[in-house]
Amino acid sequence: MAEMPVIDPKKCDGCGLCVGVCHFNALAIVNHIIIIIETVECDWCTDCEAVCLTGAITCPFEIIIQEP
Amino acid sequence: MAVQLEFLKSITYFSDLGPAELESIRKLVFEKNADRAEMVLLEGEPAANLYFVASGAVKVFKTSAEGKEQVLSIVRPGESFNDVPIFDGGPNPVSAQAMGPVLLYGIKKNDMEAILGDHPQIALNVIKVLARRVRHLVSLVEDLSFKHVISRVAKILLEHIGEETGRGPRLTQQEMAAMAGTAREVVGRSLKALEEEGAIKLDRHRIIITDKEVLQKVMEVPS
Repeated sequence: MAEMPVIDPKKCDGCGLCVGVCHFNALAIVNHIIIIIETVECDWCTDCEAVCLTGAITCPFEIIIQEP
Repeated sequence: MAVQLEFLKSITYFSDLGPAELESIRKLVFEKNADRAEMVLLEGEPAANLYFVASGAVKVFKTSAEGKEQVLSIVRPGESFNDVPIFDGGPNPVSAQAMGPVLLYGIKKNDMEAILGDHPQIALNVIKVLARRVRHLVSLVEDLSFKHVISRVAKILLEHIGEETGRGPRLTQQEMAAMAGTAREVVGRSLKALEEEGAIKLDRHRIIITDKEVLQKVMEVPS
């Protein structure tokens, strides 16, 4: 399964800003908490992280070195 | 759907007004919807309206002649944008784009001037909003002018490659910004610049260091 943004339900206030900015419709609010629709691809634009005021959704990067 | 008085009251501009005054302002407010990626304002065009974000988020940015983008702010519900040209009469200094479906409430420039004439006590709140804006922009200018953030971002990337497995801890742009002592927007710009220099490649959730020597050279640029 493709890597997806990380959600901390304890921090989510259900404002839904991230749902609106996701251009793959990979996010939804269920019971006032953000969830990820895992069947949807995510291009890691990080807009959801940028709009989140509570830090509930994050898009961490793995830093790897390309083998010669 | 007409704008709710509670929403108007939640806006800093109008927070000190009573119900009757808010009602008179409500009559001048119009609704505007925008879809994701729709341009709400274009830099250089005449300024017609002051906008308040009711739902969604709007990206406010400038674009260089080469097409590079510098994000100045992300405007969230309850916040305003396009304030400056409404009050100084100049053209839009920035562009604004909907980051998703957005509902905006707008007030025409002439109507805003009339509101200020009728309710001069609003002026103090306008000053507070503009002062906050200046403080934010001063901080951004400081970051962009004096801090060689790109060198620090290069250093952060080099320091977070795992030695044994080739994989280090995962870092968000916000975390990198906190480590580099800068804004998240500046980290995003630095990563793109490093990619343009051929030092790294952004591949979804991976930052692949494609040329360690170039990255080290960037890191060693003196501040």
